[in-house]
Amino acid sequence: MNGVVEFVDAGAGVSIQDLGRSGHRDIGVPLAGAADAVLLACANALLAQAEDLAVLELLLLGPVLRALAAPVRVALAGDFAPRLTRADGSTLAVDAWRSLTLQPGEVLSVGPCRSGIGYLALAGGVDVPPVLGSRSTYARAGLGGIDGRAPRAGDRLACGAGQGAQRQAAGPFVHAAGALRVLPGPQDGHFDAAAWAMFVGSEFRVTREADRMGLRLEGPRLQHRAGLGADIVSEAVVPGAVQVPGSGQPIVLGVDAQTIGGYAKIATVIRADLPRLAHARPGSVLRFEAVTRAQALAARRELVESLREWVRRIGPPRAAGEPDEAALCAGNLISGMIDARPAGPDTSPWD
Amino acid sequence: MNCESTAFPRLHALGDCAWIVEFGSVIDASTHARVLGLAEALAAARARGLWRDAVEWVPAYTTLTVHFDAAAQADAAMDAADALLALARDAAPRAQPGRRWRLPVCFDADLAPDLEDLARAQGLTSQQVVGLMTGTPFRVYMLGFQPGFPYMGGLPAALERPRRASPRAAVPERSLAVAGRMCAVYPWRSPGGWHLLGRMPLPLFDAAHGDPAWLRPGDELRWQAVDRDRYEALERMAAAGALRREDWLDTGPRTP
Repeated sequence: MNGVVEFVDAGAGVSIQDLGRSGHRDIGVPLAGAADAVLLACANALLAQAEDLAVLELLLLGPVLRALAAPVRVALAGDFAPRLTRADGSTLAVDAWRSLTLQPGEVLSVGPCRSGIGYLALAGGVDVPPVLGSRSTYARAGLGGIDGRAPRAGDRLACGAGQGAQRQAAGPFVHAAGALRVLPGPQDGHFDAAAWAMFVGSEFRVTREADRMGLRLEGPRLQHRAGLGADIVSEAVVPGAVQVPGSGQPIVLGVDAQTIGGYAKIATVIRADLPRLAHARPGSVLRFEAVTRAQALAARRELVESLREWVRRIGPPRAAGEPDEAALCAGNLISGMIDARPAGPDTSPWD
Repeated sequence: MNCESTAFPRLHALGDCAWIVEFGSVIDASTHARVLGLAEALAAARARGLWRDAVEWVPAYTTLTVHFDAAAQADAAMDAADALLALARDAAPRAQPGRRWRLPVCFDADLAPDLEDLARAQGLTSQQVVGLMTGTPFRVYMLGFQPGFPYMGGLPAALERPRRASPRAAVPERSLAVAGRMCAVYPWRSPGGWHLLGRMPLPLFDAAHGDPAWLRPGDELRWQAVDRDRYEALERMAAAGALRREDWLDTGPRTP
């Protein structure tokens, strides 16, 4: 650990995240962690490192980072058009979905996240002190990250240094489109058949009240059964739970959701689709589709397999203009022989 | 609805990685003792190498929710559900009483912005409200909303008020608050709609401590009124790390 990067500009919606802080929900500590844990894994895989290391989550405007002291390898997973400023002041466009090395004094301007959410991995992971077993930032209680807060200009992050061969993905990791898959309940009984049909048959728009804690949706009013209503005896909730308060307008809980909730939950988004939920923004349109438990588990296996396949297709960088397929073949050939540190089951959240 | 008519305990899926075991529909100590009994049974089974996929479990008023490792959930998940329900049926209610605390709170008007309003609304004096708050044992049912935020039952009926019509944008940290028949303390500054009746000098959550939350479900506590000088002295000592948690445990004889 002797690489250091400094925030020249902190961006907006930037936070340090890993896979979150499980094991403390009984004392009210939310999970937090990367909202799209698949892209977190992608960013780390581009640096051939454990897929659960802490990274920067980038929601709106990415930061401007300067490498100090030693060369630092970084990789972006997400829809960005970053620029690199050399020590001599010249700038050039660089690519996301590949590793690159910042020499001391070089500056990476990540720029806006052009869709959804993205992640910037640093070699060796972002080295902030773990709090309750995780480096994830939970700002509401000041846990994790940099003193539990968003980064500011002038903050410095320690990470690993060194060179290493550059790697590039065959292409972006693209999540499946379509309705978010849910398991009904636990309080689907608080809604009659008409309300349920409306839930799975309608479009819901994400309002401006949308953050890592949850997304407030607007759409047709989901009426509770008379006599049961919106309130329940408070019980545990999970990211993906779809609460319906008295207004009949659903709230989908996110990774920073509190651990306990008192509203009826009509359905719960399956784990395999939580990363897709992370890409919803104010104005996004969401639909829901009921699946069985067996389908939910199969969806998860498919997601793990698609991530594994994407990681297998990481290879050496392509020359500008070189078609993806060529690199894809080379990537397959090479990764089979010299991939020194494949993300194995012990390092990956997705196996 | 026919599946809802079966006896307790009942099992509900909370997505594909958690099961809720529900022991009843009413908030009371005996239902809660069954919740804590299942938590103990799971802990004991885990100590014997069983239930390895159960990452953690969260007690609430009438439910225990068991969160499972997403990666380990396979087709065997339904078997786990059956086994969990069987364990819930067999687990004895927790017999061991919780720890007892005597915790300081200052009821000075500037630290208790809703004390006078609540007293007036209930036809009481502020002193009578303080008397009821300090003369009543409270039971910790669960921690949630914020890290270390205790939901405590036992508020006297004379103090029962619905939540404020418009929540405050910022409740100061360590505020003692009541709503409905519940009492709580906000460990962190946050928005909140409960009535603020006082403020604690001590933090109830310390992430650097091996056991971050002071209170656990099943604990019992009584509030002890302290004057402003004592409040400020304790606040300074807490900030300097000069207080021992154990000193606030009530070790006197248990009163019925």
